[in-house]
Amino acid sequence: MTAGNASIPGGGRKDPRGPGNRRLFFKLGVIVLAMFGFGYALVPFYNQICRATGLRDIDQPDEVVNTQVDATRSVRIEFDTNLRNMPWKFRALQESTDIHPGAVTQVMFEVVNNSDHPVTGQAIPSYGPQFAGQYFRKLDCFCFKRQTLAPGETRKMPVVFVVDPKLPRQVSTITLSYTFFEVEGNGNG
Amino acid sequence: MSSITQPVGGHGHGHDEHAHHPTGIMRWVTTTNHKDIGTLYLWFSFTMFIVGGIMALTIRAELFEPGMQILAPERFNQMTTLHGLIMIFGALMPGAVGFANWMIPMQIGAPDMAFARMNNWSFWLLPPAAILLVLSLFVPGGAAETGWTLYPPLSIQSGMGMDLTIFAIHIMGASSIMGSINIITTILNLRAPGMTLMKMPVFCWAWLITAYLLIAVMPVLAGAVTMLLTDRHFGTSFFNAAGGGDPVLFQHVFWFFGHPEVYIIILPAFGIISEVIPAFSRKPVFGYASMVYALSAIAILSFLVWAHHMFTTGLPAAGILFYMYATMLIAVPTGVKVFNWLATMWKGSISLEAPMMFALGFLFLFTTGGFTGLILAIQPVDVQFQDTYYVVAHFHYVMVAGTLFAFFAGIYYWLPKWSGKMYNETVAQWHFWLSFIFFNVTFFPMHFLGLAGMPRRVPDYAQQFTDWNQVATIGAFGFGLSQLVFLYAVVSAIRSGKPAPAKPWDGATSLEWTLPSPAPYHSFETPPVVK
Repeated sequence: MTAGNASIPGGGRKDPRGPGNRRLFFKLGVIVLAMFGFGYALVPFYNQICRATGLRDIDQPDEVVNTQVDATRSVRIEFDTNLRNMPWKFRALQESTDIHPGAVTQVMFEVVNNSDHPVTGQAIPSYGPQFAGQYFRKLDCFCFKRQTLAPGETRKMPVVFVVDPKLPRQVSTITLSYTFFEVEGNGNG
Repeated sequence: MSSITQPVGGHGHGHDEHAHHPTGIMRWVTTTNHKDIGTLYLWFSFTMFIVGGIMALTIRAELFEPGMQILAPERFNQMTTLHGLIMIFGALMPGAVGFANWMIPMQIGAPDMAFARMNNWSFWLLPPAAILLVLSLFVPGGAAETGWTLYPPLSIQSGMGMDLTIFAIHIMGASSIMGSINIITTILNLRAPGMTLMKMPVFCWAWLITAYLLIAVMPVLAGAVTMLLTDRHFGTSFFNAAGGGDPVLFQHVFWFFGHPEVYIIILPAFGIISEVIPAFSRKPVFGYASMVYALSAIAILSFLVWAHHMFTTGLPAAGILFYMYATMLIAVPTGVKVFNWLATMWKGSISLEAPMMFALGFLFLFTTGGFTGLILAIQPVDVQFQDTYYVVAHFHYVMVAGTLFAFFAGIYYWLPKWSGKMYNETVAQWHFWLSFIFFNVTFFPMHFLGLAGMPRRVPDYAQQFTDWNQVATIGAFGFGLSQLVFLYAVVSAIRSGKPAPAKPWDGATSLEWTLPSPAPYHSFETPPVVK
C-alpha cells in the first residue's frame, strides 16, 4: 500500500499537487461508485436469498410434497378479505370451507373495480394462526401476480391449495386473509 | 489569528495565497488551511453537540414523570430522531474529522491535506445539512419521527420532514466521503521521508482505517435513502410491501452501513486514546503492531455482523448463529486493544492531568459498554432487550463515555498545540469529574429500566419506572450543564491561558510536538526526516 518513492526509502511524500494524488483520488472514487451500486445490488441479492431459503416466496406456487389425503380429520378454512385504501369491492364467494388435509381444494374470490379508472392491486396473504402458513400450500393464487382491473370490471379469481397433512392436530381452523394494496405509478394518478 | 508566519522562501503558490489572504468571516469561508478547517470542524461539532444536547434534555424532561407533559407524542419521536442524527452526523463524525484535519498532517510531517480545496468544500457542506435537519422541525408534519434508523413503512408514509432528512443525509454523506478520500490520500502520499506506515502514530492508523470504512459504507447509506426517496415519490417499490417490496430489506441495507458506522465513530476515539495513554504513562504504546492489526480486524469484522441489529425480524436459525458468533468475535480484537492500553500503563510513570483522566474514564466506561454489547449479541437475550432502555444505555456508554470522552481527552491534550495556551487544570478536572459522575447517574439506571422492560422511543411509561427515570433526568441535566464548564475551560484557555511550551507533555513523542506552540499556520513545508 506504500506509494513508495524510490529515492526516499519508506516515505511516500510527493508533490502535494502531483499526479499520484489524482490517481488515488480516482481509484477511491471508483470504490465509492462501486459501493453505491452495491447497495442497489443488495436488492436482487436479497430476493434471491429469500427465494433460495424459502423465506419469502409468496408469489410462487408451492411445491406439494405429500398428496396423501388424511380423511381422519377435517380442518375448517375461513376466508377474510381486506382492502387498503382502494376503490374496489373484494369478497370471498364462500365464507369458509371444511377440507381434509392433503386434498386439493379450489375456492373463488371476486373483485370489482368501482372507480372510473383502471387500478392495479397486489394481494398479500396472511394466516391465522401465523405458523399455519407453512403448512398451507397454494398451487395457484391471484396473489402470485398484480391484478389490473378496468373501470367497472368484475373478476372472479381462484385459489387452489392443499393443506399439508403434517399440520399439527390441535389446529382445527385456519384463517386465510388477503389484503389488496394499490400498486402506485401505473397511470392511475 | 495573529500567529501567521511569513513563508520563508516558500513555494510560489504558497506566496500567492498569502498575498490575497482574506480577513474576517471570508477567511473562514475561503480557507484551505488544514488547521483552519480542523478548527471549523471542531466548533461545528461542538455547536451540534449543544443542539443535540438540548434535544436530549427535552426528551429527558418529558420522561421525568409518567404521562404527557411538554411534548406531543409525535414531537417526542421527532426529538429522538433528530437527537440521534445530529449527534452522530453532526457532532461525533465531524468532531473526528476535525481531529484528523488538525493532527494527521502534523503527525506525518505533511504541509497540509492532499486536496486542500476539496477539504474546504467538505466542511462547508455540513452547515447546510444541519440547517435542513433543524428546519425539518418546522415544516408541515414536522421532522422525521422514525428514529435515526429511518425504518419503513413509517419512513415511506411520513411527511416532507423525511425528505429534508434524506437530503441532509445525502449532503453529509458526500462530505464524509470527500473528507475520507482526502485523509487516505494524505496518509498514503504525503508522509515525510522515513515515515513508514508502521512508524505512524496509532491515531493516523485509526483514521486511515476509518476513512476506508467510510468510503465503503457511506455510499450504501446514500443508496438506501435514495431508495426510500424513490419509494416515497417515484413509484418504486424497494421497501413498499404494496408493490412487492420488503421493509426488512431496508433494515439489511441500512445496517450494512450502520454497523461499520459504529466503528467509524469509535476507531478515531481509539486513535486518540492510543496517543494520550502512552504520553501520560511515559512509555511507548504497548504492542504497536497488534494495535494496528486489531484496528484492521475490527474494521473487517464490522462488515459481517450487521444482522445482529435484526435478531427479532425472523432470521433463519443458521443466520442467527452466524451473526451471533461473528459479533462475539469482535470482542477479541477490541480486547487486544483494551489490554494493550492497560499494559501501556503497567509500570509507567503515570500522571493524571485532564487528558489522562478522560482516557481512564473512557477505558473504564467504554469497556462497560462493550460488555453490555456482548450481552446484547446473545440472540436469546437480545430478543428480550430489543428496543428497551438497556440498548439505550449500551450505546450511550460506547458513544458518550467512549467517543465523546476520547474527544475531551484529545482536546485537552492538543489544545496547547492548537492555541498556544494551557488550559486551567483545576477547571478541566472539575469538567472531568462532573461529566464522569453525571454520565453514570444518567445512563447507569437505564440498564435497570431496560431490564425491567421499559421500551425506548415512547414518551410515556408505566408508574413503576418513575424513580429511575427521575434519577436519569437529573443526571442528564447535570451532564448537560457540566459541558458549560468545558466551554469555559476551552474559551478561557484560548483567551487568557498561560503560554504553552512546544512540548507541554514530557511523555509525548509524535512529530507535532517538534513544532512550536501554537503550531505555525504553515508547518512542515520542508519535510522533516524521520529516522
